[in-house]
Amino acid sequence: MTEEDVVARLRSGMTIAIGGWASRRKPMSLVRAIARSDLADLTIVTHGGPDLGLLCAAGKVRRAVYAFVSLDSVPLEPHFRAARQSGAIEDEPYDEGQFHLALQAAAWRVPFLPTRVGLGSDLLARNPRLTTFTAPVGDPPEELVAVPAFELDAALCHLNRADERGNAAYLGPDLYWDDLMLQAAPTGGRFVSAERIVATSDLAAEANLQQLRISRMMVDGVVEAPGGAHFTLCDPDYPRDEAVQRAYVAAARSPEAWAEFRAEWVDIPEAEYQRKVREAAA
Amino acid sequence: MSDPDVPGVHVTRAEVCCVAIAECFRGDGEILANPIGTIPMIGGRLARASFEPDLCMTDGEATLIANDRAEVAPGDRVIEYWNPYRSMFDWVWSGRRHVIMGATQVDRYGNQNLAAIGEYDRPRVQLLGFRGAPGNTINDPTSYWVPNHGPKVFVPAVDTVCGIGWDKAAALGPAGRFVAVRRVVSNLGVFDFDTPDRSMRLRSVHPGVTVDEVVAATGFDLAIPDGVPESRLPTPEELELIREVIDPESAREREVPDT
Repeated sequence: MTEEDVVARLRSGMTIAIGGWASRRKPMSLVRAIARSDLADLTIVTHGGPDLGLLCAAGKVRRAVYAFVSLDSVPLEPHFRAARQSGAIEDEPYDEGQFHLALQAAAWRVPFLPTRVGLGSDLLARNPRLTTFTAPVGDPPEELVAVPAFELDAALCHLNRADERGNAAYLGPDLYWDDLMLQAAPTGGRFVSAERIVATSDLAAEANLQQLRISRMMVDGVVEAPGGAHFTLCDPDYPRDEAVQRAYVAAARSPEAWAEFRAEWVDIPEAEYQRKVREAAA
Repeated sequence: MSDPDVPGVHVTRAEVCCVAIAECFRGDGEILANPIGTIPMIGGRLARASFEPDLCMTDGEATLIANDRAEVAPGDRVIEYWNPYRSMFDWVWSGRRHVIMGATQVDRYGNQNLAAIGEYDRPRVQLLGFRGAPGNTINDPTSYWVPNHGPKVFVPAVDTVCGIGWDKAAALGPAGRFVAVRRVVSNLGVFDFDTPDRSMRLRSVHPGVTVDEVVAATGFDLAIPDGVPESRLPTPEELELIREVIDPESAREREVPDT
């Protein structure tokens, strides 16, 4: 598949989970393709980084579902902040642990999972999907928070290696929540991009057994996207491109600055994007 | 200021802060000490290298490491355990962690905000989000680090409660039984909640800081005991650990400049 093939399977108004974490191993070539598309009114479920920020700047986001949004080396995400401060997007906040439970509940097909996380905080007031209940087990009965399952339409993740059928491996130190996002999304909406597609018979040589954490049972389509996570970190294939990330941050200064960044780094075919990255590195 | 144990040696404000952070972990034993920020990381390493040798600590990413040095290159890490982000909840939810978080706002009862300033629905300043603060505070001991003590940080009531304080915990009854906001360490002093109503108390002022300065920089009434002591200075051994072993690059001095 290509990035455009994946976009063709998505619809306006969908709820889409995006893998990776902050400015790390984000499926940016897919994100850029969404930014160039006619899609609109998306709900984005993410451990947020430039995926959410770029889609906010491109006007694609109706609602953000997140526990944090950061660019790592730049602590706060300027495009997401602008969208929040101007009231351009709806907000559905979670604690990071609640976010984990909401994905797990969806993957296990239960309506919610219990936790005490959230009690006493303003999360319960700011996110009306979070409710409390009295545990049916335990003496005395405890009040807990019900974290409802996310209702995803699609999930997009970027892995280091994959085969044509959707088996995939991460090679860095952390899988993040990629496997759970793919398991939480419905069949037909689960897409993986990968730095390299290899033969199935080579997967176990490319990765340790413990890194082969994405099964083709979780994946409906694979895009070969070398450099697909750029400008985010894609350990161990490449580091974060701090220069391009800085340009992305600076683009939040004004609509004109964003238009300039967009013309240079978004509204171009992915092959041209990757050629520019290679030229800048040379 | 000079250290009475080391005649002629000047101890910086940042070094006093490192010791104050280390003291937050005294008595914690074999748990995950998770100090976030430059001086917290140095202070945590100091506690482990001296009086709390059983603490476990992260590299800030996906492993627990045994190194004393705060900033250590990936190839030099002495790895004890693989600790991807998802593992953190196993420590947090089982009660085996003491985190030191930052706080854009912290109030009289230790409630903390790092989500948004102003009205939440249309914030004046959007920050990071709730992050893990609700879960950290309801499950485990929590302390805070504020490198820029002022009335915009120490506020009467936070705009959004992310980390929950002692008043919120009390209102929860038994569900709040694991909440323990231990300390707040700032560039001016150390604060705890050892008061009848669990409101914030000035525990010590850093050498060179007056009680009046702390009061003026705080947006609510602190409990102030008679005769507030000075925060303790590092011992000669601790000073050597900080300067030679843990933070030879002096990153601490960039976070809190000396006065």
